[in-house]
Amino acid sequence: MSLTGTDIRNLFLAALALTICALLPLGDNGYWLGLGVTIAMFTALATSWALFSGPTHYISLATAAFFGVGTYVTGLGIDNLPFWSLVGLAGLIGAILAALVGLATLRLSGVYFVIFTLGLAELVRQVITWVQNNTGQKGLYVLTDLDEAGIYWWLLGLCAIVFLAGWLIGRSRLGFALRIIGDDETVAAHSGINTARAKVLLFMVPGAVAAMTGAILAPRYVYIEPSLAFAPILSFQVVIMALLGGASRLWGPLVGVIPFTFLLEAVSSNFPNQTTLVIGVAFLVIVYLLPGGFVGLLNKIMHRINTRERF
Amino acid sequence: MATPVLSLRGVTKRFGGLVAVNAMDFDVAEREVVGLLGPNGSGKSTTLNLVSGALPLTAGDISLWGNRISGLPAQTINRKGVSRTFQLVRLLPSMNVRENVVAGAVFGHRRRWGHEAHDHADQLLEKVGLGGKGDMALGQLTYIDTKRVELARTLASDPKVLLLDEWLAGLNPTELQIGITLIKSLRDEGRTIILVEHVMDAIRSLCDRCVVMAAGTKIAEGTPSQVLSDKEVIRAYLGDDDA
Repeated sequence: MSLTGTDIRNLFLAALALTICALLPLGDNGYWLGLGVTIAMFTALATSWALFSGPTHYISLATAAFFGVGTYVTGLGIDNLPFWSLVGLAGLIGAILAALVGLATLRLSGVYFVIFTLGLAELVRQVITWVQNNTGQKGLYVLTDLDEAGIYWWLLGLCAIVFLAGWLIGRSRLGFALRIIGDDETVAAHSGINTARAKVLLFMVPGAVAAMTGAILAPRYVYIEPSLAFAPILSFQVVIMALLGGASRLWGPLVGVIPFTFLLEAVSSNFPNQTTLVIGVAFLVIVYLLPGGFVGLLNKIMHRINTRERF
Repeated sequence: MATPVLSLRGVTKRFGGLVAVNAMDFDVAEREVVGLLGPNGSGKSTTLNLVSGALPLTAGDISLWGNRISGLPAQTINRKGVSRTFQLVRLLPSMNVRENVVAGAVFGHRRRWGHEAHDHADQLLEKVGLGGKGDMALGQLTYIDTKRVELARTLASDPKVLLLDEWLAGLNPTELQIGITLIKSLRDEGRTIILVEHVMDAIRSLCDRCVVMAAGTKIAEGTPSQVLSDKEVIRAYLGDDDA
């Protein structure tokens, strides 16, 4: 594998941006750090979501399921195991769960896949509620000495891994195979691509990342219960943010996460009951005005400038 | 006869009550160009889909150099060296011309990646008559050029057996001559080719042997001039009065 000058420059800029982001807790420990945690969380979730759903166009609503599983891994294990091992364990369980879901559903296409993934979060939530009812347990307390800054740094590290993984996948045969599958699955199969295996392998990435994100964020909730950990709204927020930014580029979702987080923050502090409305309107805006997200809009503008220069 | 490259025995495909392909038997020898002919709806494309693994067989066996390939998924059959074009051209719309060809080179029979795949794609584009057009978007291509891209992608994994599904259909007379010359050059390289075709000029000048189908069944087999004068064949195409 050879790196061109642009690659090295991009890697350097990414590392610089990461360092600047990592300095945030030194400047502020309240409101802005809280926003930083939310942005870092959704960046990890939306970017990893787009790694799979961007090229394949399979809309997954399973984020909440993996996320919830991750919070429960921390919730159940925090008294016995060190935090870092729980994050790793959550990633492993998330990846295995994603592989199982993938094997069962990725043969389905389009709307069947969407419905199944939405149902998955509900299924896992009901199972945990059932277990809790039968054991007489209610929620779980997650008490650690990890503060907001610690959580932020963990999430930032996870974001860095996601971007690095996304960059490497984009240069790999697997990434190329996924692009072919997204364009035409029949051609992919007739070009020698094991389409089922490629899809399952890549679906494991958002599964693992969402579970790790949940595991990292569990200490922030202090008390976790199924309705909180498996909130379906999370899946929808991730999809909207990723599509708003544009799922066709690695940095696309980030461009959607930042403005959307600020927007949601402003709405929920001024009109706390209208949050769902904002999400709905955002969905309509994306579908009608920004089908390719901000990335698509940028491409269109660049294209227009280029053609104008030619004439 | 030595072991045939491809051999079909009792190959049958049923869609519900409809028998699209009925007990087809034929062999294809190495370096042979076999034409698969027949009126519309006679099961030619379905037969090709059964060979390439696009559809599962209802009954029968297909083997490649004596090894059974029927029942295997399309990607495995492709990796064993069988590559195809589609009746309606299928290209990858998000990619440029070169990437479309590279797509055929990375995962198939003979695999290439990186610069090697890139250079190989450029050589193939040169060969099919698209030299220097690698960076173009698909939208800028004419109809015959999209067919050329698809052919280059099909060739990119160095397949032993080529399945061409009406690759010459829809071309104007000049393009047709170019197309026939191109397929001839593939035959001269020693590839084994099965082509589904309606264009008689092409059949006469390209095929060593023809298999004619009607209503899912093989009705004739032989050299182009033999089958084209066959009574059954004339009846299948033109009806009883002309036979």
